[in-house]
Amino acid sequence: MESQVIQKNHQEIVSKPERISGSEAVVRCLLAEGVDVLYGYPGGAIMPVYDELYKYQKQIHHVLVRHEQGATHAAQGYARISGKVGVAIVTSGPGATNLITGIADAQIDSTPLVCITGQVGSHLLGSDAFQETDIVGISTPVTKWNHQITKASEIPEVMAKAFYIAKSGRPGPVLIDITKDAQFEEFDFEYKKCLGIRSYTPTPKSDNSSIEKAAKIINKAQKPLIVWGQGVILGQAEEEFTAVIEKAGIPSAWTILGASAIPSSHPLNVGMVGMHGNYAPNKLTNECDVLIAIGMRFDDRVTGNLATYAKQAKIIHFEIDPAEVNKNVKADVAVLGDAKETLSKLLVLLNSNSHPKWHQQFKDLYQIEYDAIIKNDLYPTKDGLTMGEVLKEINVQSKGNAAIVSDVGQHQMIACRYANFNKSKSNITSGGLGTMGFALPAAIGAKMAAPNREVVAVIGDGGYQMTIQELGTIFQTQVPVKIVVLNNNFLGMVRQWQQLFFDKRYASTEMTNPNFVQIAEGYSIKAKQVNKREDLASSVREMMAHDGPYFLEVCVEKEANVFPMIPTGASVSEIRLS
Amino acid sequence: MDTEQKLFTVSIYTENNVGLLNRISAIFQRRKINIESINSSVSEIDHVSRWTIVVTISEEQMRKIIGQIEKQVEVIKAYYHTDEETIYQESCLFKIKSDLLFEERTIQNIIKESNARIVTVNREFFVLEKSGRKSEVELLYRELKPFGIMQFVRSGRIAVTKDEMKITQLLEAFASA
Ligand SMILES: Cc1ncc(C[n+]2csc(CCOP(=O)(O)OP(=O)(O)O)c2C)c(N)n1
Repeated sequence: MESQVIQKNHQEIVSKPERISGSEAVVRCLLAEGVDVLYGYPGGAIMPVYDELYKYQKQIHHVLVRHEQGATHAAQGYARISGKVGVAIVTSGPGATNLITGIADAQIDSTPLVCITGQVGSHLLGSDAFQETDIVGISTPVTKWNHQITKASEIPEVMAKAFYIAKSGRPGPVLIDITKDAQFEEFDFEYKKCLGIRSYTPTPKSDNSSIEKAAKIINKAQKPLIVWGQGVILGQAEEEFTAVIEKAGIPSAWTILGASAIPSSHPLNVGMVGMHGNYAPNKLTNECDVLIAIGMRFDDRVTGNLATYAKQAKIIHFEIDPAEVNKNVKADVAVLGDAKETLSKLLVLLNSNSHPKWHQQFKDLYQIEYDAIIKNDLYPTKDGLTMGEVLKEINVQSKGNAAIVSDVGQHQMIACRYANFNKSKSNITSGGLGTMGFALPAAIGAKMAAPNREVVAVIGDGGYQMTIQELGTIFQTQVPVKIVVLNNNFLGMVRQWQQLFFDKRYASTEMTNPNFVQIAEGYSIKAKQVNKREDLASSVREMMAHDGPYFLEVCVEKEANVFPMIPTGASVSEIRLS
Repeated sequence: MDTEQKLFTVSIYTENNVGLLNRISAIFQRRKINIESINSSVSEIDHVSRWTIVVTISEEQMRKIIGQIEKQVEVIKAYYHTDEETIYQESCLFKIKSDLLFEERTIQNIIKESNARIVTVNREFFVLEKSGRKSEVELLYRELKPFGIMQFVRSGRIAVTKDEMKITQLLEAFASA
């Protein structure tokens, strides 16, 4: 018989045993994990924990959202701007199922969340009891890990594991379902932080030979291109990344989630890749000789048609998640591990380089994009306001220091294309899932996690109405977020596709909108509508200067399109300027 | 020929966990892959489960799926193998009318030649058990079919690999870290 290995987790003891209830234990676990804010909504099956939250309200701030989806998005905003774990807490049944969209969003965008759901008493499990739903079953495909607790004594270990799993390696959402009897039950509470789980390798060991191979290829490259993703931000590898690109002189492009890892103004920052990304990095993806992907996963919105994606290039893939390597694009060299570590090892092996001719190609293509698109987006000469000029104005007023929380649609692409980012973790948007309704609650969480930062939500009139009820949360907490709705009276992005690919048959995309200013004012939020160019700058300035939440509706051109664009299924080099 | 459809035996070592069946089968379901058989049991290591899953897919798909299985927190390690790389067995049970056993000579010969085992006999029926490769089990099925089979059931595949799977070393490395 093989030798037995009993120890499954590595733990660090942080409290002495004390007899308390399961529900109090939940709160004590949160405190032990350094949680200061959580977002939630009460109901029958979670009431014992809410009762404890009432007692502990000086130590931990519970924010009452207006819909559980808002709790997950707020927790996501909190996590994305701070790098800490966001926490949501809700009741069983509908409370729990309302979390699913946010959890799925966090899963695909690698956002660390711990979601706590109440559950009916364990004797009722499986009996279709009132507000019983199999949330562990439902959430399995969209969580990094989930677990149901039926005994109070399980709470400390499971909570410790939840935080460890959510945050470590490639982060993601964890759901913990706690039956009501486990919340009431008393037990001897002792908290041990989780330091490791034997079946789980959060960060694969990097292997030096692959880094050496990568360095050799990069040193020989004539036309290297870097595409980086959120891995650089999640791995806190911004400095190492900057050092690498500066030493090797490599033009570097970002995926939507990688945005802001280095400043927008960095001379080696050549813009965004993907469907509505910049012209140069998309076109030149199919001309580079070495493509170095760092902490990104070759999403189909980035690659377009895989059969014609960077076929001429050697591919080097720096990645923490082994399941992403060779999933979409075959890597010639895969460097597994944490970007901070692998990039610092790479740095010492790289030759200094500058590739001036290659850079010139990017500049030339940028000029083409500028003349065809950017100029008209940012400095329009026609009457109608453009989304681009609103972003430009936000850049001016915030000096590029704001965190931009965007929703999903045309305004999102415009926000990501034109926002100036000086600081990392400044672009908070729903990338992988494309969840309309994300921005308003995410902005709440972001502002609470980073009260000293300016947080501007940029939202379409469609997505705004998906979670508009969170104005109530803003009213109640007075969290000073700035809300900019770019109103085109259309589900703009879908309308654009209808125009381009469905002969302008605008099926159910035109919106009859309410008076948004009055709605905001109903929540006592200072609000303003802008229709004319001459009022734009002063209104944005007023919004930024306002001490408290502010709502600004900008009525933009109704049928404007976002370009460049790579049509679905086309090659990155078939990117269209019109 | 990474895209050619092949039969693979997947072996997964996991912690015992209630929800894991859901998690693992969801990985196949997402890609619309039919699981041909699935078996879960204890393994050679205490408190560690072993899963054996049989699927017919391309090796390229297989590799991606193994990555996604290994990514699950409670999965210790996952492997895939072709038939040549494993020793595998399936077993099956036949329930057949007893009269046939005594009246049909050929049946007795079939039983003898197939190395099947009679598990029980009573006045109404007898139960035949056969372990072996899928093809052997299928052959026996085809031979008995004409006589009338009252019930038939076949188990999922179980398999051991010719190569070592270093699970104990993995777990020891964790314990000493
Ligand atoms: C929850 C959800 N439902 C549907 C979609 C599909 N969708 C993508 S963009 C879009 C239009 C968004 O319109 P709006 O919020 O007004 O923003 P705009 O594109 O006009 O800037 C829709 C419906 C989605 N991404 N998310």
